Amino acid sequence: MELENRWLRETYVDELIRAAQDNENVVILEADLMKAAGTNRFAATFPERTFNIGIAEANMIGVAAGMSAMGKIPFTHTFTPFSTRRCCDQVTLSVAYAGLNVKIMGSDPGVTAELNGGTHMSMEDVAIMRNIPGMLVFEPTDSAQLRAAFPQIVSHPGPVYIRLLRRAAVKVFEDGCAFKLGKGIILRPGRDVSIVASGIETAEALDAAELLAANGIDAEVINIHTIKPLDTELLLESAAKTGCVVTAENHSVLNGLGSAVAECLVENLPVPMQRVGVKDHFGEVGSTEFLKEKYGLKAVDIAAAAQKAVVRKRT
Amino acid sequence: MQKKLQEITEKARQIRIETIKCIGKLGVGHIGGSLSLPEVLAVLYFDKMKIDPANPKMEDRDRFVLSKGHGGPAVYATLALRGFFGMDWLETLNRPNTNLPSHCDMQKTPGVDMTTGSLGQGFSAATGMALAAKLDKKNLYVYTIIGDGESQEGQIWEAAMLAGSRRLDNLIAFTDYNKMELDNYIEDENGLYPLDEKWRSFGWYVQSVDGHDVAQITHAIDNAQKVKGRPSMILLNTIKGKGAFFADNLLASHNMTITEEMWKKAVEQLEGEEA
Repeated sequence: MELENRWLRETYVDELIRAAQDNENVVILEADLMKAAGTNRFAATFPERTFNIGIAEANMIGVAAGMSAMGKIPFTHTFTPFSTRRCCDQVTLSVAYAGLNVKIMGSDPGVTAELNGGTHMSMEDVAIMRNIPGMLVFEPTDSAQLRAAFPQIVSHPGPVYIRLLRRAAVKVFEDGCAFKLGKGIILRPGRDVSIVASGIETAEALDAAELLAANGIDAEVINIHTIKPLDTELLLESAAKTGCVVTAENHSVLNGLGSAVAECLVENLPVPMQRVGVKDHFGEVGSTEFLKEKYGLKAVDIAAAAQKAVVRKRT
Repeated sequence: MQKKLQEITEKARQIRIETIKCIGKLGVGHIGGSLSLPEVLAVLYFDKMKIDPANPKMEDRDRFVLSKGHGGPAVYATLALRGFFGMDWLETLNRPNTNLPSHCDMQKTPGVDMTTGSLGQGFSAATGMALAAKLDKKNLYVYTIIGDGESQEGQIWEAAMLAGSRRLDNLIAFTDYNKMELDNYIEDENGLYPLDEKWRSFGWYVQSVDGHDVAQITHAIDNAQKVKGRPSMILLNTIKGKGAFFADNLLASHNMTITEEMWKKAVEQLEGEEA
């Protein structure tokens, strides 16, 4: 599997510009990280609809809420931890509780914050956002998926958290692929175990399926891009077929994708399940590959978890 | 002019009475920070604001954000008297399934433009509204009231800096400067003095008036509307719990239990003041 030749943020900005051309209410707000998001390209096209309000994330969210109350569709951006835990109360009350329509983009999820290290590395952003009533939580896998999702995000009448890898993604989807927010995608059908993955872990899950195939285990790989609302129908259908489930996420195993899947299974179809993710600890500096290895987020880790799940199923 | 001011003063008296009644009938509530507001609310809702009670979501209306959301009961009394909903709604304050919760909720109450309650947040939203109105070249004002205690929140100053820097002259803010917060006098806890200089240094046009004098408030708003290129802060020197003998200028008035005897006596006293 190959890396795309453009960073994912470039697709994000392309789509923002397209959305702003189609809809005069689309505006963007930044907290002094335009160069990181690449949104100065948007600013060059729509200077009057660009609000770089300085290093004040709580205020950025509040200002966006006020703009939404005036009919705007604001897209805010800062790094994932500052989009979520830093202004958790503002997102919860000024946006979601108030019923307002703000799209909150957080960049550099989990280990992809790389050399910015522990302070800039959110292992709990999905956990925070999926606990806010009415918040849609979306993590695109690659540029084709982000492009397909974008118009749906713009027209979704409520708040959306976009957990965005800034760098080049591994190409998983064909350009022009069919896509629906809230609907998971079976990337590889299989009979023995369901591997449910989001974001950068999707490509690792596909690699894990290859490793498992070599050992005679036929894995089904599902991409869950919309972590909330979770596609429980697809999940339960797959779990009923394979009889065990593994989740893989670039996030804490607490309260993220793994927890969402566990909640669904335990209430509907309790089958053996293993979670791959960050095991309740903070981040640190390092390349994505180094940190994936250190925290057990690689294909081999997913494959090991799948083997464990399959053994539990058979005993 | 004089007659009009008398009418607004009378409205303020009615707002005060209805606020005491609706909190009193419930038996508990944020009476102190509600009773410092009737005069400014009367000036805004019965004179200055471009609004339509029959069409609370009228597109180009002026906006109002009570950033100190716990003053909700005074806003509800004002909205009811202005005809946004029936006076009988006031008796539902904080009762099950009410449209009038302690803190303002734009999804529940006709005429409420922003949901508030977590201090500091409404002020950012008001700033966002003013920015959006400028972007769309809409000829409207955004009015907002913050608390003096609320001004200890960092978010107030984040928004103050932005509004000053962006020269939002369509934003007219008030501080309910009653000098008290829940636990203490402001200056004994985390002082704001000199508050006027703070706002001035953030690029705001600052005025300081008697917050219980409708003539002074009206005049200050007129001045604010004439100022170009700067947002306005009008410091309302107020008295927490003003007009209810059991709450007037008392630290304990922030959120207090009120008996039927107490509220009835207070209403009786205010009704005796009719012009």
